[in-house]
Amino acid sequence: MKLRFLWPLPLFLALVAALGFGLRLEPGSLPSPLIGREMPAFELAELRDTDRRLASADLVGQPVLFNVWASWCVTCLAEHPVLMELKRAGIPIYGLNYKDSRAEALRFLDRHGDPYRAIGFDADGNVGIDWGVYATPETFVLDRHGVVRFKHTGRLTPELVEETVIPLYRRLEAES
Amino acid sequence: MIGLRVARLLLGALLFLALGNSALAVPAESARFETEAQAQRYQRLVRELRCTVCQNQNLIESSAPLAADLRRQVAQMIREGQSDEQIVAYLVVRYGDFVLFRPPLQASTYLLWFGPGLLLVLGLGVLGWKLWQRRARTAPVPLSDDEYACLRRLLDDDAGGGR
Repeated sequence: MKLRFLWPLPLFLALVAALGFGLRLEPGSLPSPLIGREMPAFELAELRDTDRRLASADLVGQPVLFNVWASWCVTCLAEHPVLMELKRAGIPIYGLNYKDSRAEALRFLDRHGDPYRAIGFDADGNVGIDWGVYATPETFVLDRHGVVRFKHTGRLTPELVEETVIPLYRRLEAES
Repeated sequence: MIGLRVARLLLGALLFLALGNSALAVPAESARFETEAQAQRYQRLVRELRCTVCQNQNLIESSAPLAADLRRQVAQMIREGQSDEQIVAYLVVRYGDFVLFRPPLQASTYLLWFGPGLLLVLGLGVLGWKLWQRRARTAPVPLSDDEYACLRRLLDDDAGGGR
């Protein structure tokens, strides 16, 4: 009976637990409605080779990463070494150069290295809209049929790549 | 006198707020339409759609480049004669239900839609229960036969014996 004054304590602890849980959520990162669906079709000029085109059909046949980036995007620069690492691991990465200038984008690649097999040049961002891009960098993992299996908005961290992206990629490789 | 001064001050504050808000609501670029109806649909749509970059603003409030692109897209689709439903569906397919400031009624949003009502019903229930309990506690309890007999005896003694 003397401890009756303690009754708000469990209430308080429950509140702390709920708020602590809320802090760990990322309400800013939206689930992509594309997951489990075929990628949005596109056809763009290639960034480095203006005579060539990059179309969604080129991404089909084997599992690939599709990375949306821009030279003005600071987080893309922070992410860049991870992409180079993925390239060294033999994982094919296709790029979508989003609302950028060709000269700036090429200079970015010259300076920091080029992890991409081919890059679509989406100057006006219309393909980006089709893919639901809202915050570069964004990375999609596609299976061999061109179905979107995973999307990450924001920087790919070494941990995320080690724990999620590479295992998923190997699993998709094993799928028929 | 003081009342008048206060009234004047309040009026000034109201005017300031009204003008301030309308100044904020001016879109970064104005979309041109052939008919007034189209312009009105545009104004309504860009207020109902959320900018996914700055997630607590709608398309008209946001100055993010993506919001400008999406405003342009909405305007273009209106000019092409697409319906509101088609335009909303276009954005939902790409960005998910999140773009809607009024989320659709579906299994995952039942709690969102009915939660407040549920809380109200729950609160009223607790209130009713508490009130009922209190009344039950304070209601006069009828005397048992023994108590009644005892009381009778006391009263009789009092009346008979005097002092």
